[in-house]
Amino acid sequence: MKKGIVSAVLATGLLMAGTADAAEYKVDKAGAHAFINFKIKHLGYSWLTGRFNDFDGKFSYDKNKPNESKIDIVINTASIDSNHAERDKHLRGKDFLNVKKFPQATFESTKYEQVNDKEAKLTGLLELNGVKRTITFPVEKIGEGQDPWGGYRVGFSGETSLKLKDFGIDYNLGPASTHVTLELHIEGIRL
Amino acid sequence: MLKNSDQGYGWVSIAVHWLMAVAIFFMFGLGLYMVELTYYDAWYKGSLDLHKSLGIILMGVWLLRVAWRQLNTKPKALPGPKLEQIAARVGHQLLYVLMLLLLLSGYFISTADGRPISVFELFEIPAVPWSFDNQEDIVGDIHFWLAWSLIGFVAVHMLAALKHQFINKDGGLSRILKASK
Repeated sequence: MKKGIVSAVLATGLLMAGTADAAEYKVDKAGAHAFINFKIKHLGYSWLTGRFNDFDGKFSYDKNKPNESKIDIVINTASIDSNHAERDKHLRGKDFLNVKKFPQATFESTKYEQVNDKEAKLTGLLELNGVKRTITFPVEKIGEGQDPWGGYRVGFSGETSLKLKDFGIDYNLGPASTHVTLELHIEGIRL
Repeated sequence: MLKNSDQGYGWVSIAVHWLMAVAIFFMFGLGLYMVELTYYDAWYKGSLDLHKSLGIILMGVWLLRVAWRQLNTKPKALPGPKLEQIAARVGHQLLYVLMLLLLLSGYFISTADGRPISVFELFEIPAVPWSFDNQEDIVGDIHFWLAWSLIGFVAVHMLAALKHQFINKDGGLSRILKASK
């Protein structure tokens, strides 16, 4: 009898833990706690940084089953913002992002391999400028827990370097500027 | 001689007309050329700075020209059917409107992020305090099509002048080459 109660409590606890952890998250776009930034060398003398202002996504993450995590992100490439209208116009044009033809860049993960509590390797299909490529890059879990307003949040960061030519962008920015670094800082709110 | 008379144009109108004619063709060519330059072309930056600086100067010239046109006598319309005279008047007004819109659209591309336009690094024209989403792209397309429209109507304008000069033989071209007494 006692044993039965204990196992029932345990089972309930596990079930609750299960439902509490195997969760779907929505990227906190509304509160702007997610950022997709880029940087590229200018002439090899300095860094130029910018960001995409409009993107959305969702992911699933369970700290007990991290390798089942999945993430989908959609970026509206026309929202590129490097704090200079004439440059942004150029970046949206046919020399770079072709936003009229390819208004969206997407990333769909295919694999999440946990390295340790904090670090993991994320693999997925990136479509940019109409070109699809599988990329793998390291991600870091920054933290997770209750927020002060009754919600539950988890956040990750990741960074990867993309060769522009791989994505059909072969405008000559000089030998020091063949790669762009993409930085993702994603906070999700549990649904 | 300096001012217009009802018989023809004075030297001020003639000078400003040809100044803007040269400027329009130069700016059109420069515009088409500069957008094809790539990052490591020596003139990548300079061509755009020149285009913007000249654009602002031309805005000033346009205002003076229109003011001069309003304050001065207008030469009589060249002889011809009423419909052609109306078409000529509307056509000339259209050229002025296209020039203005072209200049304004250029201004709104470069100032879309609130940055001023530096005119030959001598002075700056500030941006207006408001803008809209993707202003530089939308106005950029408008600027492109306005430029082609202006060149199209300039071509019609030139053909009309030649027709007056050589077919109607009414001095349609010579009155913009030599001031009236």
